[in-house]
Amino acid sequence: MGLEAKFMNEGFLTSTVDALVAWARESSVWPMPMGISCCAIEMIATAGPKYDIARFGSEVMRFTPRQCDVLLVAGTVTYKMAHVVKKIYDQMPEPKWVIAMGVCASTGGVYRSYPVVQGIDTFLPVDVYVAGCPPRPENLLNGLMMIQEKIKKTKAREFQNIPMLEPVKINGN
Amino acid sequence: MEIRERIEALLAEAFPEVKFEYTDFRGDLRVLFSKEHVIPVCKFLRDNEELAFSMCEDITAIDWARQPNRFSVVYHIYSLKNKYRLRLACDVEEHEAKIDTVTSVWKSANWYERETWDMYGINFEGHPDLRRMYMAEEFEYFPLRKEYPMIGIPGDQPLPKK
Repeated sequence: MGLEAKFMNEGFLTSTVDALVAWARESSVWPMPMGISCCAIEMIATAGPKYDIARFGSEVMRFTPRQCDVLLVAGTVTYKMAHVVKKIYDQMPEPKWVIAMGVCASTGGVYRSYPVVQGIDTFLPVDVYVAGCPPRPENLLNGLMMIQEKIKKTKAREFQNIPMLEPVKINGN
Repeated sequence: MEIRERIEALLAEAFPEVKFEYTDFRGDLRVLFSKEHVIPVCKFLRDNEELAFSMCEDITAIDWARQPNRFSVVYHIYSLKNKYRLRLACDVEEHEAKIDTVTSVWKSANWYERETWDMYGINFEGHPDLRRMYMAEEFEYFPLRKEYPMIGIPGDQPLPKK
């Protein structure tokens, strides 16, 4: 079938731990679907059979942040919702990444008004901004591939001092 | 006799001391009157068997950005019997931004009045639960008032720490 068929005897590969771990990570980036307005429809289309996010190993949309690697903020974030988004981000285990999908999440977009946060980078560390209103599924896949490129460059030692799961504060305790 | 003429006649008959101003905009009737009479007039319009305005569709306000009569509280009511929509309006002053609640007349007024309080800061006196509806509880301003800037006031709504 593939490379292994070429070996006449038992074969082996040499690699680094960093490369192996990064390859495993980038091949199964599980998204946390934060579909909070119309961008969610395009996000759903991306997961559907036509665009098929499964080709990139990201088909497992978990509705619990504790099993997710990338926070996919798809929509307009209001000031009230910002606290919810941050709480979900805090519950995701390290290492984690953030995609700001669409102009609303990236800059506030057309909603240049008092209830809308003018870009989620005011309270979250955003890795990739996906342009569009809403972005087409190809564009979201491109953003996901950029996250994969970013993960590919990570070293295992970069995460050594980060706890696997940050303690979540409930009611300030 | 047309329904709007009946409204004018019946209101004049029932409230001889109240001054009603009628305006027509593209076939829709608007009745302006003093805010002290809001509960009796609303009760009458609901309970009168001929008019039967049984449904309160919306309550909102207008900030005219003028003195006096800065705000108007507007009631959109509907008569299922006559298939007729009517707007009631009462002027409210800025220094005394309050009006009696009509939750005793139409129960649906509860949330509409909460919304109007949230956005314009008009106090509906006697309301059972006058809390903010859209904005956070600790928010200090009334965003649809004309003096509130479109983009908001920096720091008036807290963001989570980065």
